Amino acid sequence: MLSDALKARFDQVITRYPVKRSAIVPLLMFGQDEIGCVSDELIEEIARRVEVRPIEVVEDIGYYSMLHRQPIGRYNFQVCTNISCLLRGGEEILEHCKRKLGIGHRQTTPDGVFSLEEVECLGACCGAPAMQVNYDFHENLTVEKIDRLIERLEREVRSQEPGVRT
Amino acid sequence: MSDYESYMKGSPHEVKVISKRFGLPNSASIDVYLASDGYKALKKALEMGPDGVINEVKNSGLRGRGGAGFNTGLKWSFVPRNIPKPRYMVCNADESEPGTCKDRPLMEYDPHQLIEGIIIGGFAIGAHQGYVYVRGEYRYLLDIVDRAIDEAYAQGFLGKNICGSGYDFELATHTGAGAYECGEETALLNSLEGLRGYPRVKPPFPAVVGLYGCPTIVNNVETLSNVPGILLMGAEAYAKLGTAKNGGTRLFCLSGHVNRPGVYELPMGFPLDRMIEEVGGGIPDGKKLKAVIPGGSSCPVLKAEETAGLAMDFDSVAKIGSMLGSGGVIVMDEDTCMVKALLRIEKFYAHESCGWCIPCREGTAWLKALLTRLHDGAGVPEDPDTALDASFNILGKTLCPLGDAAALPAISFLKKFRSEFEEHVKLGYCPHERKAVAAG
Repeated sequence: MLSDALKARFDQVITRYPVKRSAIVPLLMFGQDEIGCVSDELIEEIARRVEVRPIEVVEDIGYYSMLHRQPIGRYNFQVCTNISCLLRGGEEILEHCKRKLGIGHRQTTPDGVFSLEEVECLGACCGAPAMQVNYDFHENLTVEKIDRLIERLEREVRSQEPGVRT
Repeated sequence: MSDYESYMKGSPHEVKVISKRFGLPNSASIDVYLASDGYKALKKALEMGPDGVINEVKNSGLRGRGGAGFNTGLKWSFVPRNIPKPRYMVCNADESEPGTCKDRPLMEYDPHQLIEGIIIGGFAIGAHQGYVYVRGEYRYLLDIVDRAIDEAYAQGFLGKNICGSGYDFELATHTGAGAYECGEETALLNSLEGLRGYPRVKPPFPAVVGLYGCPTIVNNVETLSNVPGILLMGAEAYAKLGTAKNGGTRLFCLSGHVNRPGVYELPMGFPLDRMIEEVGGGIPDGKKLKAVIPGGSSCPVLKAEETAGLAMDFDSVAKIGSMLGSGGVIVMDEDTCMVKALLRIEKFYAHESCGWCIPCREGTAWLKALLTRLHDGAGVPEDPDTALDASFNILGKTLCPLGDAAALPAISFLKKFRSEFEEHVKLGYCPHERKAVAAG
């Protein structure tokens, strides 16, 4: 079930357009943010709201690289290796993430905490090498910065487990 | 958020028109904007009338900052008047050309300047609805622009009867979801209509048949952010900041092998060699310059000697066979493997090709496969010519410029640095990687 806040946001977003189907991609993104992926239920819900057939929503999903049908890790490491990052060590950063997390491109750790993705230009070229973890930018990366970040995120996860105090 | 210090290192050569509020505390708030001439240009525009605004922008020499470099005022003048259809003003904030990161600070540090530019543009073309199409990865910017739009509504700069003028204009953001192709204006319009972002056949151009089949102007974030400043200082003063037919300033994104990578606002026509040396602080570790891509990864590469005294404006860069593009200046030192650099660029275009036009879909995949093989040492002597042949079979044969964007860098790398491609074939390995392994 979608939360009330998400339903309210859906209602609001649809009013922005003279043609309802314009809202498909924004609704998919906002829905995915809450649910963790594009579920069948989300597709049905959006199709109903913008008055198209569900297949028309599915058609869009395949086109946009940020939309995914399966859940991914809680922290999605999206490492840029495009030209400006490449020149400043982006590939080494990606390799380090692969080793450290023990996963490859578009894979998720067995505990569901981390995912890794090699991505195209993020628009962080003057802070290269750069990556995004979910929507947060991390720039001027070094392997030490990556190690510290992973440690911090692991601590965060542990502290949120039931019965654990930090 | 971005790290301000890392992007805005500053330089005495900067001339700040659109970046003048960057770094002020709370610069994204409407209070700070109003305290520094904010929304004064809008009031002026409402008095000037649509034709007055279009002429002023035309005379300022402002050219599209997304890459195409078309005169903005002229583009606005193509919107038909006196037709019963609604008109739309769309801001292209789908920044994703590799090497380009200038629209980010414009939205992060001064979203009201952009919003004011959009309203003025909307007024000039007779639109009553506008959209800001923000790339999906820029979620924090979507939130910043949303907040700024709410503030502008609350103060009466958006909505009904703006500033008592009788003019109505509504504005909303729209998030993308990861697709370089949607930065192309007709693909963007399809995406905004809720479809896959495939390009449309031109003509008709969006100014006549655009969003929902109605006249539409699509302008880049930086282009629109310039509009308030132009109206306040006047077309002539703005034009004078740059070179002939290339008015104003430009946000250049210096990246790659420079000591001080960053976004710098420099006058149009600032020489490229001085930009690298004096603004960017030169190349790290005392290395020599090998090559520069002057305007984002789709622009033909320049050899070091071509940068000497090269005026960075649309016409001067075009004259030597490249493009000023989106302002992404990518600097490569003497140790850069040009095969690897081109391979990475072609990998990108192969990934982003939407598949609609076959020369682009097949050609980019072939280029990627061929360059991968060549870089890994399994190339054959015919490979450079085969790659050139593939590139020429993409060039000019696709609906949108993504095909050209893939072909142009390939042709320039293969022609200007041919010996490096041949060396890979001859050696059977990448000499740069062998060197790195030996040193490591």
